[in-house]
Amino acid sequence: MGITLPILILALPFTMFLILGIGGVKMSRKLAGTLGILANGALAVMAYIVAFTYFFSGEAQFILDGVRQQVQLFDVTWLAFTERMVVNIGFLLDPISAMMLVVITTISFMVHLYSWGYMEHEPGFQRYYAFLALFTFSMLGLVVATNIFQMYIFWELVGVSSYLLIGFFYKLPSAVSASKKAFIVTRFADLFMLIGILVLSYYVSHTPADGPLGGASAFNFMMLNAQPTNVLASTLGATFLSGSVLTWAMILIFVGGMGKSAMLPLHIWLPDAMEGPTPVSALIHAATMVVAGVYLVARFFPLYCIVPDSLTFITVVGAITAFYAAVVACAQIDIKRILAFSTISQIAFMMVALGCAYNEPIEGVHYSGLGYMAGMFHLFTHAMFKALLFLGAGALIHAVHSNDYTKMGGLRKYMPITHITFLIGCLAIAGIWPFSGFFSKDEMLAAMFNRHWFWGAWMTMVAGLTAFYMFRMYYLVFWWEENPEYKTSHHKPHDAPWQMSLPLIILAAVSCVAGFIPFGELVTYNGEPYHIHIEAPVAATSLTVAVLAIGLATAMYVKKNPWPTRLKNMFPALWQAAHRRFYWDEIYMFITHNIIFNIICRGIAWFDRHIIDGAMDGMAAVTNWCSVRIKGMQSGTVTAYVRWYFIGAVLLAAITWICLL
Amino acid sequence: MDLTILWYIVPSVIMFCAGVYGFCTRKNMIALLISLELMLNSADLNFIVFNRFLFPGTMDGMVFTLFAIAIAAAETAVAIAIIINIYREIGNTDITSVKQMKF
Amino acid sequence: MFSNLLIWFVIVPIIMMAGLACCGNSNMKAIRAVMVTCSTVLLGMAIWLVCEFLRLRGAGDTSEMLFQGSWMWYEPLNIHLAVGVDGISVLMLLLSAIIVFAGTFASWKISPLPKNFFLWFALLSTGVFGFFISIDMFTMFMFYEVALIPMYLLIGVWGTGRKEYSAMKLTLMLMGGSAFLMLGLLGIAWHSGSAGVPEWNILQIAHNNSIDPSWQNLLFCFTFVGFGVLGAMFPFHTWSPDGHACAPTAVSMLHAGVLMKLGGYGCFRIAIYLLPSAAQELSWIFIILTGISIVYGAFSACVQTDLKYINAYSSVSHCGMVLFAILMLNQTAMTGGILQMLSHGLMTALFFALIGMIYGRTHTRDIRQMGGLMKIMPYLGVCYMIAGFASLGLPGMSGFVAEMTIFFGAFEDSDLFHRIFVIAATCSIVITAVYILRVVGKLILGPVQDEHHLSLTDASWWERLSTVTLIVCLAGIGFFPNWINETIQNSFVPIVNALQAAI
Repeated sequence: MGITLPILILALPFTMFLILGIGGVKMSRKLAGTLGILANGALAVMAYIVAFTYFFSGEAQFILDGVRQQVQLFDVTWLAFTERMVVNIGFLLDPISAMMLVVITTISFMVHLYSWGYMEHEPGFQRYYAFLALFTFSMLGLVVATNIFQMYIFWELVGVSSYLLIGFFYKLPSAVSASKKAFIVTRFADLFMLIGILVLSYYVSHTPADGPLGGASAFNFMMLNAQPTNVLASTLGATFLSGSVLTWAMILIFVGGMGKSAMLPLHIWLPDAMEGPTPVSALIHAATMVVAGVYLVARFFPLYCIVPDSLTFITVVGAITAFYAAVVACAQIDIKRILAFSTISQIAFMMVALGCAYNEPIEGVHYSGLGYMAGMFHLFTHAMFKALLFLGAGALIHAVHSNDYTKMGGLRKYMPITHITFLIGCLAIAGIWPFSGFFSKDEMLAAMFNRHWFWGAWMTMVAGLTAFYMFRMYYLVFWWEENPEYKTSHHKPHDAPWQMSLPLIILAAVSCVAGFIPFGELVTYNGEPYHIHIEAPVAATSLTVAVLAIGLATAMYVKKNPWPTRLKNMFPALWQAAHRRFYWDEIYMFITHNIIFNIICRGIAWFDRHIIDGAMDGMAAVTNWCSVRIKGMQSGTVTAYVRWYFIGAVLLAAITWICLL
Repeated sequence: MDLTILWYIVPSVIMFCAGVYGFCTRKNMIALLISLELMLNSADLNFIVFNRFLFPGTMDGMVFTLFAIAIAAAETAVAIAIIINIYREIGNTDITSVKQMKF
Repeated sequence: MFSNLLIWFVIVPIIMMAGLACCGNSNMKAIRAVMVTCSTVLLGMAIWLVCEFLRLRGAGDTSEMLFQGSWMWYEPLNIHLAVGVDGISVLMLLLSAIIVFAGTFASWKISPLPKNFFLWFALLSTGVFGFFISIDMFTMFMFYEVALIPMYLLIGVWGTGRKEYSAMKLTLMLMGGSAFLMLGLLGIAWHSGSAGVPEWNILQIAHNNSIDPSWQNLLFCFTFVGFGVLGAMFPFHTWSPDGHACAPTAVSMLHAGVLMKLGGYGCFRIAIYLLPSAAQELSWIFIILTGISIVYGAFSACVQTDLKYINAYSSVSHCGMVLFAILMLNQTAMTGGILQMLSHGLMTALFFALIGMIYGRTHTRDIRQMGGLMKIMPYLGVCYMIAGFASLGLPGMSGFVAEMTIFFGAFEDSDLFHRIFVIAATCSIVITAVYILRVVGKLILGPVQDEHHLSLTDASWWERLSTVTLIVCLAGIGFFPNWINETIQNSFVPIVNALQAAI
């Protein structure tokens, strides 16, 4: 494969960003939208060509002796810090980046198309498409990064495109503060990632260049991943707080991923990010950007395996987050928030799966790398059905003009297409055969049971919760009791125009069939194909749990009944806590606003104004005071001057006298 | 009884001290001027006396004194001109009422 | 003498002043014509100088300074007018030329007394250009003073708010710094000279390297504090918020954009290069101070309500980063320091230009009284956001390149003391994001606060020209940093060698 396509894949969306961003003001909506959609369609085609060539062409550079290879299609120097720390911008093709290319361009294209209808009447339509193009560019750059620093660069860029898109409705103060929050929280996480990169690259670059690491840049993924033990050796046994330096570095880097992937305790930005336009939530905050953390772990998998403590850390963080988010999702009213917490929970699922994987054979486990494959598989299927659910939610909001399910109910008669596709999405996420979520979730649970029964059981419970809250939402929106306003209203809710329905149908179709993709043949931790087979006990357990949970949801929410309210009143404190997301936002608000802002910042500003400035002004004041005091001698009375003169003369004479003696 | 150098120096010192005292205590500008002249003349006297006693063969001190007297005369003229102007301005010649020369 | 290109960087501003002096007092057309012509010529010369410099280096000219020239000025004290540039000074000249160019357009409608304003402005640029081309410490110091003095009048006459107070404070503090500096420079000159003749030439002093180490320590403190005052080092930064807040637009631009760079430039060119053993020994004191500067400035900026104060404190933080990087005493970090100078110069100039433009329309700089400017003046709003992103280190802007180079370079010093301060410094990227987004959220985005603002207009062509120039440069460095990086790194070789020899 030449380098034209890879370069075009990066250059096209960026060019579109520049064209629409600079020239958009002068363009008509139609022109801008058409340009954006066409460019993205072309981009999707190119990405498909690249991915299909990689997976299926059988070229020796891509697959050698049945093992899929990592290939750097191009890699040019961008900035050289030192001889060994060279930042390149390149295009790395391997199973996960090829898979991500497909995911990103597909969802991005769907969202472009969908937005054509959804954003039709919004001002700043051109700007919106420009930002979408910027995001697509950054996300593609992130997944094809050849080195950790390139990843960091694009990591920041997706952060800023997310900021711009969340704050798209910039006249709403809530959107502005949500975008600010998203950016600052992820920036805070990126700080740790940066420190992790600093530590890692310092130790790697200080191993002798002719040693086992060769002369490659200390940032390069292929070099780092090819020889993880040498990376560990290069830290020369340095430890910090009884953990090896590499463990710390990898955990710090993972904290960056926690920020982007909204893991506890850095999850607080994602629910607020739903202030952005709904298609944006589908693209960025469900399918692509938020899985960057998972992608990061997968990318560094060999290094994480070399320090198993960090894998345990990832598992624990993921397990806690998954459960927390699932519980909170049961008590939300805003349908986008429910989906947001569901996203957090599902990403945490992938994290646990990755944490349960290992790159060396483990005794008693027939395939230790299963978690890796399953996590990536779930990333793929989740991107499709979560985008579907978000776009469906967008269609609902478009029809009802509200985010709350209390304003909905009984919508199945009015919006059949949305209803069916939404149902498919819910079935997929709940893990019902034959929808895609079933297959990926089954593999993940199998991997967790392999690692330890506790993780398997814990996550099965989370899967049950998932099925429950998704169907709770589904029934409350489409069944329950029909909102009486629909009957009287002139504008009855109706299905969205074709630009919006088409992506729904396509994504629903994908969610139905994606499970049958032989994913294990394509993406595994070491490139060797793995044949997926359903683990009957695991599948049976999870399916039973899911069906039970759906049954419970059906019993509770299919018709209007007092049980949900009664249940809520039985545990008011619990409901309130879950509804308020266990007060994380309040805690953060207290720390940032009351402690950092009011005490530290104001304290420093006060110190500056009064102590530092005061010292300077004080010096001036002292000088002034002295001068006022001394100037009294300059009285203007001639006789006084003479008196001073004589006193001075006598003193001088006396001094001279004494000195001469 | 010889006329030693002291017979000249002591009156000169008395003259000088009188001048200083007068300059510091008097308020009338004319009196100040007179005190100034006293100090000047005591200095002139010293020139002459030291010249006479220490370097009898030379005339330097004498010549210098003549110069000083001439300059003192000019100075007095200027001083009196200033005093007259001040008198015209403020109606008296009291030194304490002239205080603008400061800061 | 006049065949040397560098001399013309001083002569052109002088011609500019002569031309302005010939203009009528309120003949705006003639004044603008002179200013635009001369600043364009300067910019052209700077670009040409960069190309020529790179060409000569490419052709294998490895001498430390190029375009050297030296003319005796005052024989008994061995003072020369000596000029020469290396990669760093070339870039600094380019930066100054860009900012003078942008500043000219930013003060298109200055009043009152436009002619006098531009006269002082030209004198200021004479000093700045002269400083960067000099390699004789005495003329360097002289140009330094030439650059400082016009500041007093520019702020005192054309400023706003408590302008007399601020102008006086700024001038006195910088003069206080100069006093230290003068002592330091005299010490260096006399200690490195021989046979009772002081040596002022920087290259010669570095070559002799004959200053006694115990003297070096004292002189290092003097020179570093002297230049550090201008580089807004804690606790000598307090002139900066008041000074910037009261200065007119173009002066803020030139001051934050170029003048504060004189401090950083002097610190490494004189304090570190000429006194290497003291630098090795005493850098820790100043690392503490600049480390405090970085975090302290950022935290202070978080609670300010006046736009200019926010940027002034952010300058304290960013300039702290410059000195911090230089004090790390290794090639990568110092390169980052210079990149940060360039980046901060362009970015702050852009910020102050935009603040001036916004203030010119709304007549307030209080962020509580403004809001939703994106709706009213989209062009300025977008530019402000771009400047903000450059400031918080977004990839693709110069700030990112500079900060990353500093962090990765600084991390090379592996003892615990350095590590702690590097990590503290990295925290500033979060705090910077906080205060930048706070301003952007309040000022540019959100609902319109004041209905009177709805009738305001967007940027005019000269304002657009001024901002576009700066934005293009910011993005240029951000996208293609490597040639600048290499140029700077090569120029640091002699300095790093001197430091290595002094361990």
